[in-house]
Amino acid sequence: MTLEAPRKLVLISDRGDIIYRTVARSGGIIVLAIMTAIGVFLALRAGQAIGKAGFSFVWTQAWEPDANHFGISAVLIGTLIIALVAIVIAVPLSLGTALYISEYAPRKLQRTLISLVDLMAAIPSVVFGLWGFFSLQGNIIDVAKWISKTFGWIPIFAVDGFNADDPLSSDTVFTASSFVAGIVVALMITPIMTSIMREVFSQAPVGEREGALGLGATKWGMIRSVVLPYGVGGIIGGTMLGLGRALGETIAVYMIISPVFAIQPHILQSGASSISSLIALKYGEATAFGMSALMAAGLTLFFVTLVVNFGASAIVARSRSGQSS
Amino acid sequence: MTTTLQPPSVSEPLAPRTRRPTVRQRQVLQPDIEDLDDEVEEQRDTDTPRRIGALRISDVLAIVGAVLASLSLTIIIYSFLAPVGGVLGFFVTAYVLFLASYAILVSLDESMPTVRDRVVLIFVHSLAITVFVTLVFIVLFATFRGLEALPHWNFFTQDMSLAGPLDPLSDGGIIHAITGTLIQIGIALVITIPLGLTTAVFLNEIPGPFSRFVRTIVEAMTALPSIVAGLFIYATFILILGIGKSGFAASLAISVMMLPIMIRASDVVLRLVPSTLKEASLGLGANNWHTMWHVTLPTARSGLVTAIILATARGIGETSPVLLTSGFTAAFNGDPFHGPMVSLPLAIFQFVKSPEPSMIARGFGTAAVLMLLVITLFVIARVIGGQTVAKREKARDRRKRMVSDAKFFAVWVGQRTVRLARSAKVTAVEGTKLVRQQIAGRTGATGSTATPTTTAATRRAAVESERRKARAAYERAEIRAAGSAPKSRGSKRTLTFEEYLERYPTATQAKATPPSDITPEAAADPAPRPVRRKKPESGDS
Repeated sequence: MTLEAPRKLVLISDRGDIIYRTVARSGGIIVLAIMTAIGVFLALRAGQAIGKAGFSFVWTQAWEPDANHFGISAVLIGTLIIALVAIVIAVPLSLGTALYISEYAPRKLQRTLISLVDLMAAIPSVVFGLWGFFSLQGNIIDVAKWISKTFGWIPIFAVDGFNADDPLSSDTVFTASSFVAGIVVALMITPIMTSIMREVFSQAPVGEREGALGLGATKWGMIRSVVLPYGVGGIIGGTMLGLGRALGETIAVYMIISPVFAIQPHILQSGASSISSLIALKYGEATAFGMSALMAAGLTLFFVTLVVNFGASAIVARSRSGQSS
Repeated sequence: MTTTLQPPSVSEPLAPRTRRPTVRQRQVLQPDIEDLDDEVEEQRDTDTPRRIGALRISDVLAIVGAVLASLSLTIIIYSFLAPVGGVLGFFVTAYVLFLASYAILVSLDESMPTVRDRVVLIFVHSLAITVFVTLVFIVLFATFRGLEALPHWNFFTQDMSLAGPLDPLSDGGIIHAITGTLIQIGIALVITIPLGLTTAVFLNEIPGPFSRFVRTIVEAMTALPSIVAGLFIYATFILILGIGKSGFAASLAISVMMLPIMIRASDVVLRLVPSTLKEASLGLGANNWHTMWHVTLPTARSGLVTAIILATARGIGETSPVLLTSGFTAAFNGDPFHGPMVSLPLAIFQFVKSPEPSMIARGFGTAAVLMLLVITLFVIARVIGGQTVAKREKARDRRKRMVSDAKFFAVWVGQRTVRLARSAKVTAVEGTKLVRQQIAGRTGATGSTATPTTTAATRRAAVESERRKARAAYERAEIRAAGSAPKSRGSKRTLTFEEYLERYPTATQAKATPPSDITPEAAADPAPRPVRRKKPESGDS
């Protein structure tokens, strides 16, 4: 027997341990099975509609499944537009809030603010929808009008049927737009994005912070050279997670937009669409085939959010700040 | 530079000792005390570090100036030039101008990096304020609009089956939605708590490639759109199994949404359990199951409860999965397996779809109830989650200390009262004795002249009856004392009747003599303190 060889350890599991391991593992298997089942059942159900529509499902804009004239392109692009508007608004807001909480806020206030942000992430989306529909919509019209008037030469800000010189022109073209829905969704995803970014910022190494300050950096100089580079993974990851949420948001968007089934690139103009609100709108009156078409739409949404989400976790895991977690 | 550095480096170890007067010195040197204090104060000024980040007058002036400049400019723009329109537009314009003028003002006497620092400071603050104000406003907006419906008591006791859209708020209510939410979330919790916690334990305790894969899947599931969860349950339970839209289907959809949230939250909590605890348990010979059940889970208990409550708060607010799976009804339905069942968010959604003001008011009222529920759950979660083991121990210590302090205080008060009462009694007794002696002297003087035999007989009879009464009172008191006597007093000598009579000649008058009176020594020190017990005994005997 050589001295170098380590003693061989044999793990003897008694019956309790075996049962425990089996039960715990089966928990994991069930969760995995549920996730797989979601994809499989949606695909099975959607198969009928996709099989009938073929490739036209990808580029058709209308949604008339019973006339066999339906496709995902309008609603998918509508979903992306709303999500992008939301992200454009939510990123600066949540970045600023996260920086404020982790860098500027007084210590005593910090814990309260963190709790407040977490609480806001738990506020039901229907409440945001109420606010968007009954409060925001009326107040935002003037801003939308001004943007349209000033930047109307940029195609996405153009509004058909609105003439700035005509005082009698109706304001209703500015309601129920992707812009309003985007703002509401932005406020819904701001808390979750803030919470992720703050978490990462607060982990920025103290030694590097003090080094920057000791070399004479201002607070912003320190943030820019230490905190932001360290937290870039968290910023991107949080944004992607917010994007995933924004893509899947149903009720608030449904309450605000007036659905159109054509690609509507003018974000300020009334009329928008999203996959989830399409499902919420059409499921009640859908025939069996119509339901299958809605399942196909749901499957598309499922895959889009999955891709976004896996992208987010990959980026966070690869960044410096994500390595520890 | 040198002057500021000199004093601390040289005089720091010596100066405070020599210069700072002790309390006694201060009392002696009363006239000089102010001078000394000043010196101490000076000393401290050089000792404490320089305050950094202090607000200077120029900073405040710059902000005030920028505010004034931007407001004036905005008003000019709004009065004479093309207006943006609206209150919101006014604020946006004013804010942009404020930032610009503030930057210019600061740049007058600061370098460029400082200017950037200041502008970013203001910008970050305003972003955070915008977010918090807007979010709080959203919550308050829904709550205040809901106040119209909330004062009607029927809002919480009736359903909507008999109330139409045109009926006033004094008809109909949301009891069906409240019960629906409670039933659905209850079923969802029954499903998700065991499954979620088991999975979280699996992810932590049985590491390996499979658990890593499951963790990735769970993370992906967190972002599952809620409507897709609803569609999934619709595709399986309603279309394939043909169960029909019901509360049970809705709870399954909610479970699919809650599960990943709960798993992730409890995963994080379980990861924080110190591995030394688990290793100690395993090293003592416990198997994995016992370690998990008796060490890991109890350590993480408060965190796990928080995870469950947070997932519940999220699950309660979900609308879209319920929309597809539970169906809509205006009537009360307590059976989750048959017939449609409405929940709070779904009720809000249906209420505000109506153009009638009373229905919209009901919708806001329901939203207020829902938010109250969510916020309550959240606060409970925070309170429980804030408790670490160390904090709990500290709180228990504090409670113990408070209880013992209270005990000590009560004992002290009790002793004080007893002592006071006894001294009062003693004076009263002596007073009565005095009066009796006087009376006895007077009757003795008159009795000898008048009918002595009759008075003697009546006096004897009176004494006899009084003695009987006293005997009865003594026995009563003794029985009571024996019944209520704590075991510490078991060895204590109780008074005999003769002693009792001697001590309390007026015992018949004081019928309801408390048991403590019969054994004054025992009552004098209810506190089990050996030092004090000696004193009153020796003093009394």
